Amino acid sequence: MTRNSKFLSISSLLGFIFLYAPIISLIIYSFNKSKLVTVWGGWSIKWYVELFNNQQIIDAALVSLNVAFITATLSVILGVLAGYVLSRMGRFPGKLIVSGWVSAPLIMPEVITGLSLLLLFVSLESLIGWPAGRGITTIIIAHTTFCMAYVAVIVQSRLAQMDDSLEEAAMDLGAKPHSLFFLITLPIISPAIISGWLLAFTMSLDDLVIASFVSGPGNSTLPMVIFSKIRLGVTPEVNALATIMILIVAIGVVSAMWQMRKKENAL
Amino acid sequence: MSKVTGTFWLGRYDTVKTRFSLLRKIRWGRWAVISIPSFWLALFFFIPFVVVFKISLAESAIAIPPYTDMFSWNVDDAIIDIKLKLGNYLYLFEDTFYLDAYLSSVKIAAVSTFFTLIIGFPMAYFIASKSGSTRTLLLTLVILPFWTSFLLRVYAWMGFLKKNGIVNEFLQAIGIIDQPLQMLQTDFAVYIGIVYTYLPFMILPLYTTLEKLDGSLIEAAKDLGAGPVKAFFLVTLPLSMPGILAGCLLVFIPAVGEFVIPALLGASDTLMIGRVLWDEFFLNRDWPMASAVATMMLVILVVPIMFLRNGKKEGEA
Repeated sequence: MTRNSKFLSISSLLGFIFLYAPIISLIIYSFNKSKLVTVWGGWSIKWYVELFNNQQIIDAALVSLNVAFITATLSVILGVLAGYVLSRMGRFPGKLIVSGWVSAPLIMPEVITGLSLLLLFVSLESLIGWPAGRGITTIIIAHTTFCMAYVAVIVQSRLAQMDDSLEEAAMDLGAKPHSLFFLITLPIISPAIISGWLLAFTMSLDDLVIASFVSGPGNSTLPMVIFSKIRLGVTPEVNALATIMILIVAIGVVSAMWQMRKKENAL
Repeated sequence: MSKVTGTFWLGRYDTVKTRFSLLRKIRWGRWAVISIPSFWLALFFFIPFVVVFKISLAESAIAIPPYTDMFSWNVDDAIIDIKLKLGNYLYLFEDTFYLDAYLSSVKIAAVSTFFTLIIGFPMAYFIASKSGSTRTLLLTLVILPFWTSFLLRVYAWMGFLKKNGIVNEFLQAIGIIDQPLQMLQTDFAVYIGIVYTYLPFMILPLYTTLEKLDGSLIEAAKDLGAGPVKAFFLVTLPLSMPGILAGCLLVFIPAVGEFVIPALLGASDTLMIGRVLWDEFFLNRDWPMASAVATMMLVILVVPIMFLRNGKKEGEA
């Protein structure tokens, strides 16, 4: 082993420890019996029991899952349309504006997106009476607006890699534009659609800032409840919640990677 | 008008009409597809900025919503009064607090981006030097935190850095310090938080560039007598510039507007503009001032970044 590669492996090892040490300590302390979060009092699952008895957290989790599901579905529909328009529709007046609008939410600070959407909703309500008050609908609209941008980018790059001779062949054989889209394009970009849906789902589930601006009273999402709890300090219940969420994600990502590898090996 | 020109015009009209209906048949679906996402983005992305700008010129008021109307209709004299308050913007420049917050956000974001690069580069290089299942495993380990909750990852550092937390206990146990250090609620914790949460955004584009790097170029440099350090700075580093730039932008852009990290890990006087906007809105309930802060943020931070990105795209093409 050369000195060079030794340096690389040691610094990478330190990097991975940096990435994982806080998460692992959080998981271990979620099984701590003691109420004092840093004093080890033996193993226990009592914080998990308390977590499932905490109606506020359960309600917020249900609100968040509901919002994330609808957001992801809407984002995929709008994002696929936007990605398709930008990569397959050629030139049209206003294309530059649309492409700017699609990529802008990606770099917009969340506080600005949140504030501007809230002010829009408030102004719309006083002008036309819709949306009446703020709640789940306004959160879904706000989340869809920034999530569709991510889906559009994923779909656009997938379409750019895709061989358009398949689409041309279908057109030569007389496929109408809509059947071309549903029979050829959509199945080919389906991996991009699935990862876009999952990305939109997790981003919606994770968002604190935008939801805080556009939600109404009584419609707190899970991150909003977690934030109000941890602002005052570390709480063992949140450790338990974090452990559950991290494990679900870990299982999902690892099995997705494993599936991908299996596919690659099969080819 | 003679008869001939009359028919000419009529015929012309007919062709235009048929052409128009043909056009309509083909183009109808096309325009529907184009207009649905465009309409959504216009309504929920573009118009909101116009509203923010409008409200930044209003006056804060005790009302619902808490600002004055820009237009008021004077029925008796049939006059529309337009009221614009520039005071919010003047105040932004008068009170150095806001300028300091902008500058300090840029500084914190830039320093954290630099450290993310320093930590991320060897990791990306290491992953790119591996192959097969080791590489997949390492990549999975980098991507995994990216899918887990951002809020909870920041929260994990709260338990890690606090006075009686693991880092302090460890440092005391090995005898480096006698007294626990105040690490939480400092600028140091904010830097750590940003580096930690955005590290995957740096590693992934770096990895993509380094993976494509032609190893024979480095070999050639070494054969021609360059030491490992010289070969790195003269060959590897210039060739990985696209990845470095992409990674730095991906870290710097969200870090500038960050709210959660300074709110949870920072001191009460850790100035970041995202946090100032949040406090202006939620604590002071001054919607016009929050809008003015947002407008300035858009003008001096977001617009230059958009130009930078567009310039980069054109450079690549």
